[in-house]
Parts: sequence; structure tokens; C-alpha cells
Amino acid sequence: MKEVDARGLSCPEPLMLTAEALKGASEPVKVLVTEPHQKTNVEKYAKDHGKKSTAVEKDGYFEVVIE
Amino acid sequence: MNLSDSKKKLALAGVVCGIVAALLAYFGNPANMAFCIACFIRDTAGALGMHQAEAVQYARPEIIGLVLGSFLISVATKEYRSTAGSSPMIRFVLGMIIMIGALVFLGCPLRMVIRMSAGDLNAWVALIGFILGIATGVFALKKGFSLGRAYITNKESGAVISVIVLGILILALFTTLLKSSETGPGSMHAPVILALIGGLVFGAFAQKSRMCFAGSIRDIILMKNFDLFCVIAGLFVVMLVFNVATGRFVLAFDTPGIIAHSEHLWNILGMYTVGFAAVLAGGCPLRQLILAGQGSSDAAMTVVGMFVGAALCHNLGLAASGTALDAKTQEVVAGAVPLNGKVACIICIILLFVIAFTNKRESKA
Repeated sequence: MKEVDARGLSCPEPLMLTAEALKGASEPVKVLVTEPHQKTNVEKYAKDHGKKSTAVEKDGYFEVVIE
Repeated sequence: MNLSDSKKKLALAGVVCGIVAALLAYFGNPANMAFCIACFIRDTAGALGMHQAEAVQYARPEIIGLVLGSFLISVATKEYRSTAGSSPMIRFVLGMIIMIGALVFLGCPLRMVIRMSAGDLNAWVALIGFILGIATGVFALKKGFSLGRAYITNKESGAVISVIVLGILILALFTTLLKSSETGPGSMHAPVILALIGGLVFGAFAQKSRMCFAGSIRDIILMKNFDLFCVIAGLFVVMLVFNVATGRFVLAFDTPGIIAHSEHLWNILGMYTVGFAAVLAGGCPLRQLILAGQGSSDAAMTVVGMFVGAALCHNLGLAASGTALDAKTQEVVAGAVPLNGKVACIICIILLFVIAFTNKRESKA
């Protein structure tokens, strides 16, 4: 699984890195972010691009898996 | 409560914030300043004695309310995160640069939108610069610009800025230590309790909607995403209706009383500076206050930079003057940007290019 570690990065970097990782990706992409609004943004980006996402809160960050 | 998951909710958040701004303007805040973040930080810096411009000294409860509103709602909805460590000193410098650009134009992006809704054509001219500045910032982002990661810190650290603004509020309410203008824009204000409640409401809605004036245009350029633009559109429409309904809408350049100038090049360059710096800092002045309230010490550094920038602007004669009526002759005296302000603005733009193209993202994210 491809992993994007965007923890602690400022907007819009997490979304830019997610978009880059999703380009032509055939496997699921795991995105790690710190802020709740970044988690929402990543989920929304996935939905807007016809992908499913599931988010889990970990210790001080969120893990969003997009497939 | 999630206000950021649909365009309708985002527009509604903009409408609520627009109503707050209109009410505060109606109840005494300076015309078309209503809720200007740059102006109000500058006034608060004056109240603290950081500069001696007597006409612009007043501890604005709106600024205090914004930070506390964001802090309280983020704690209540478990979005508070105490973080720090993403190039704090560069963010401090970006805060100073944002304020210098804003005071060359005479307003932050929020005030630009408010002035646009009042028919001030200077603000529409400045919008060109703002968009170009954001586009330059987006170009830097695409080239790999990053200020690096922030890390989780002790919970108390992220709350320091909220405690500081609470302290300023206590000093303003219960002591005579702080300076307060007797004439000029600083003397014009809505009742303290209204301004504080307005700030709290605005802060809470801005936190939940992620309202950001630079972010709205950035997202359109970068991702063709109009979500954040809906918030700004909602606010603009409410202020437009308010200005038309109360006879404050005047479509013109050089309108006395609006506190603006018609030096087009400097309106463009002032807002170019603000737009560019705001993209590099991850948000407009309003957003910096909101992020600081929800625990980001990095955003708090940008806020401190804005306070220092405001003080420098008045101590070193960088801030522009607004077009006004001469009380004696009744003649319109055109506002202008002083030479010091022009030089400072150019230096800021050069610094922004250096910051934008020397800070790169780690090669492996």
C-alpha cells in the first residue's frame, strides 16, 4: 500500500501529496494527517474523485485509507 | 457540527459572519472596516503601546473574541491540537510581511472584500494583486515549497495565545493601562460586549467552516475547488445588501470616509504581498488567528509577527494614508503610500521570493 505521511504539514500540502499519490494508483493509498480538517479534506477529495475512504484516529493523528 | 462538508453550509457560515460584520459596522465600528483583521491587530498593537499613532489605538474585542471563539469551539468539538515546530521564525517574518502589505493597501483580505461590497473600486483593483500573489504562492507550492512539519507539543503550549488575549481583555475592561484613541478610527467602535460576542461567533464559525480568504482563491487555482469561495461569497452578499440598504454603497475611487487610497500600483502590490505571503503561511490573517486559537503555536508566531509588523508600519512611517475631507477647507485630500512604505513593500516581495524558493519539501513525504 502506498503511504503518504502528511503529518504536521500545512494546507494545502496534505491534499497536494494525496492527489499526487492517487494519480494512476492501482493500489490503496494510506494518508496520515494531524489536523481534523485535513482528514475531512482528504476524505472529501477521495469522494469527489469517486473513491472510498475510511479514517481511523490514531495516537495524535489520523490514518485515511483511500481505495 | 461540521460546516465544511457542503457548499450550502459553507455559504451559510459566510452569511452568519457577514451579519456579524454588518451589525458591528452598524453599531459603531469604522465604516467599511467592520471587521478588518489587519486594522484591528494594528489598533490592538497601539493599545499595548507598541506604536504611538494616537488615532489607531484600541484593544479590539473582535480580535480577542476570534482567538477565544476558535479555542473554545475547537476544545468543545475535540479539534484542539497543540502543535509547533514548522519554521516558526519564517512564519514570524511572514506575519510581519502580511501586515506591511496590508497597511500599504489599507486592509486585510477580509476588509478588501468588505470594501468591494461597498463599491470601493480601489479594492477591486487590489483584488488583481491579491489573485496574482496567490498564484505566485501556488507556483511555489507546485515547485515543492514547504515550511516543514509541525509536531504535537504539551497541551498548554497551544493555549498560550488564548491566555494572552484573555489577559488583554481583562486589562482593557478593568484597568486604564491600555491606550485608547479619542479621535480617529480607533475611537470608533461598537459596544465592547457586542464586539466580543461578535468576535466569538465569527471565530467559532470561521473555525468550523475553515474560512480563509487566501485559501479560497488558492483552492480554485490549485484544484478548481470552489468550497471555500462559497464562504467568501456568502459574506460578500450580506455586506453588499447591508451597504446598499443603509446607503453606504458608493461606486467610486477616492471616496472620503472609506479610509482607502487610489494609488493603483500600490494597491495591487500591497495585496500581491499579502496574497503571496498568506499562501506561504498556509492562510490569510483571519485564518492565522483561528489556527492560533485551535492550538497552532506556528500560526501564533505569524500573529505575533503581524503585531510587530503593525507597530513597525506606524513607527517607521510605512502605512498608507486614506483619502479624507479636510475639515477646514472641505477639500478632498487624496490618500497616498509614503516612500518608506513603497520601499518596504518591494523588500517584502523580494523576501517572499527568497522564502518561497529556498524552503523545499522533504523529497520523500
